[in-house]
Amino acid sequence: MKLYKLIAMAVVTLFLTTTGLALAAGTLETVQERGSLKAGVNGGVYGFSMPNDKGVWEGLDVDTARAVAAAVLGDAGKVKFTALTAVQRLPALQSGEIDVLCRNTTQTLTRETKNGLNFVQVNFYDGQGFLIPKDLGVDSAMQLDGATVCVLPGTTTEMNAADFFKANNMSWKPVVIENTSELNKAFFAGRCDVLTSDASQLAAQRAVAPNPSDYKVLPEIISKEPLAPVVRHGDDQWYDIVNWTVMGLINAEELGINSENVDEKLKSNDPKIKRFLGVTPGMGQALGLDDEFMYRAIKQVGNYGEIFERNVGPETDLGLDRGLNALWTEGGLMYASPFR
Amino acid sequence: MFQIFIFLLVGLLAYYLVSNMLFNMEKQHIASGWGFMQKESSFEIGESLIPYSSSNSYGRALLVGALNTLLVALIGNVITLVLGTVIGIARISTNWLVSKLAGIYIEVMQDIPVLLQLFFWYAIFYEIFPSPRQALSPIKGVFLCNRGAIFAVPAAHQAWGYMLIALAVASLLVFFLKRWAKKRQDQTGRRFPVFSASLLLILGLPFVVWLVNGSPTEMSVPELRGFNFQGGMAVSPEFAALLLGLVLYTSAFVAEVVRAGIQSVKKGQTEAAMSIGLRPNLVLTLVILPQAMRVIIPPLISQMLNLTKNSSLAVAIGYPDFVSVANTTINQTGQAVEGVALIMAVYLIFSLSTSLFMNWYNKKVALVEL
Repeated sequence: MKLYKLIAMAVVTLFLTTTGLALAAGTLETVQERGSLKAGVNGGVYGFSMPNDKGVWEGLDVDTARAVAAAVLGDAGKVKFTALTAVQRLPALQSGEIDVLCRNTTQTLTRETKNGLNFVQVNFYDGQGFLIPKDLGVDSAMQLDGATVCVLPGTTTEMNAADFFKANNMSWKPVVIENTSELNKAFFAGRCDVLTSDASQLAAQRAVAPNPSDYKVLPEIISKEPLAPVVRHGDDQWYDIVNWTVMGLINAEELGINSENVDEKLKSNDPKIKRFLGVTPGMGQALGLDDEFMYRAIKQVGNYGEIFERNVGPETDLGLDRGLNALWTEGGLMYASPFR
Repeated sequence: MFQIFIFLLVGLLAYYLVSNMLFNMEKQHIASGWGFMQKESSFEIGESLIPYSSSNSYGRALLVGALNTLLVALIGNVITLVLGTVIGIARISTNWLVSKLAGIYIEVMQDIPVLLQLFFWYAIFYEIFPSPRQALSPIKGVFLCNRGAIFAVPAAHQAWGYMLIALAVASLLVFFLKRWAKKRQDQTGRRFPVFSASLLLILGLPFVVWLVNGSPTEMSVPELRGFNFQGGMAVSPEFAALLLGLVLYTSAFVAEVVRAGIQSVKKGQTEAAMSIGLRPNLVLTLVILPQAMRVIIPPLISQMLNLTKNSSLAVAIGYPDFVSVANTTINQTGQAVEGVALIMAVYLIFSLSTSLFMNWYNKKVALVEL
C-alpha cells in the first residue's frame, strides 16, 4: 500500500519536472505544437480589439496577432484571444499565459528592463489626451484644476496624468477602475469630469458613447505613447518573428503589396518583392519559418494600410487620420527596416 | 519513517518550485528584491487616511491601501454585527410580517453574488445622483451628488482631540463600574443602574470637556468651487457602495448565525427563567444570549473574516484598497512575486488578528466546566 503511494508521489514529481522543462522550450515550438497562438488583447477598445456583434474579434491589435498566426501557423484564424485588463497584461505575458501581447501597450524603459519584456516594431503611434463633456465649458487641459479624472490603473496614462498635474501645480482626484467598460460607464454617467487615455482610445470610447456629440477631446496631447506588441525577454527567435511580421506588414504597404494583388505580385520582377514574398528564398528560413510567411500574412490579413483603414481609418466610426501612422514616404513615422 | 520521507519530498518540491521560479525570473531578467518600496510611486490614490501624493514611495502607497482596507473592514464588521443581530432576532419574531420580511431579506441577499451587489450599488450612486453643480441638498450643509455625500463637519479645534481622550477615559470608567456593580450584586444582592450611569459617563464627560474648552461651534461647510466641493467631509460613492454591498451581503449570513444560536438554547431554559420571575428582557440578556453566544461566536468569526476578505472586490468598483494599490505597484515595478507575497501577508495579518481577538472573546464566554 505504502509502495503505491510512493510511486504516485514520484510520478507527480516527475510530471512537475517535465512541465517545467516544457516551459523552458522555445515559444515558436510551443506555438507550433499547440497549433494555435495565444494573444493577449484589450477586449474593450473599439477599433483595436473588441468582439463584434457576431462574437468575432476585430481591431488593429487583433489583426496584428492574426498576421503573426498566419506567418507562424499558416492560418490567421488560429488565434486564441484573451481579454486582459491593464493590470493583468504584463504578468500574463511574464508567466507564459500568452505568447504575445497585442494590447495597445506603451513601450517604456522600465517595462523593457524591470518587467523583463521586449517591445517589437510599433504598430500605432499615439499620445495621451483628455475627453470631457462639452457642457463643462473647458477648452484647455490647463483649466482642469480640481477635476475628478477617470483613469485605468496600471497604465502609463495613470503616471502621465500624475506628472502632468504635478508639473502644472494643479490638484486632481483619480477614479481608477480596472475594467475598461466599467470605467467608461462611470465616466459617461458623470462620475468623473474628465476621462484620460491615449487619444485613439478616447476616440474609440467617444464613438461608442450614448451621445458622442456631447463630448470633445481637449487639444493638449501630454505624452508620447508608442504602442507595440510585446514578447518575453529571453527568446530572441520569437522576438525576431513577431518583430519582422509587424515590419513586414508595413513593408508590404510600402512595396504596394496588398491582400488583393499579392498573387499577382508573386510574378513581379522586382527583387525586393521577390525576396519579400519568398519567391527568392532565404528570408523566412532565417527566422526559422518557411519562406512564404509574409505571403500568407498579407494574403489573409492585409498590409498595414489595409489593417488601419479597416479598423480605425476615416471610413470607420473612429474616423482617425493616418497622421503619425502614415508611411515615412508620406510624412508619417511608419518606417520599417528592409527585408534583406 | 514514511512521514520523514513525505516531509523530505514536500521540502524537495518546495525547493524545486522556488528555484525554478528564480531561474525563470533570472532568465527573463525580471527585477526582484524589496528595493522598490523606497522608490517614488508616481501614481495618485483617490482617497487616503494619511497625507499622500504621487511623489511618495511605493511603501507609503501600500500603507495607504492597507489603511483603506482596514477602514472598510472595521466599519463594515461593526455595522454588520448590529444589522445581522437585529435581522436574526426579527427572523424568529412572533410577528408574522416582521419574521417573513427578515426571511425574504436573508434569502435574497444570500443568493446574489456579492460582486453583482457591489456593481449594483455603485451604478445606483453614479446614475441616480446629479453632478456637483446640481447637487441635492436635503439638509443644510449636506450635499448629495455623483461625487459622493459631502457634509459639514466641525472645523478643526483642539477641543475635539481632548473630547476623544475624554471618551476613552469614560469607556475605561464604565468598564470598572460594571465590574464593581457585579461584585456588589454578588455580595449584597442589590442591583446598580449600570446602563444609565454608563450613558451619563460616556456622553457627560466629553460634553464637560467641550464646555471647558470654550464650546467651539464653528463648522467647515462644503462649498462648490470649480469642479468639486471644497471643505467639509466627503464619503465617496466607491466607499459607500463597497460598504453597503459588503454589509448587506454579510449581515444576511450573520442573521442566520444569530437565529440558529438563539434557537439552539432549549425552550426549558426560557421557561425556567420565567418561572423564577425574571422579566422577558432579563430572560434574554441573562439566560438566553449568554448561552446562545457560545454557539454564535465561532461561525461569526468566519463571517467577519469573509467580509474582510471580500473587501478586496473593491478593485472592481474603484475603491483604492490594498489589492488595488498592490496591483498597480506590481504592474509598474514588474515584481509580481513580491507584490502577491505582500497581499497574502497583509490579509493573513488582518485575518489572524481578527480571529485571535474573537477566539479570546469566545474563550471568555465559553462554558466553564465546574
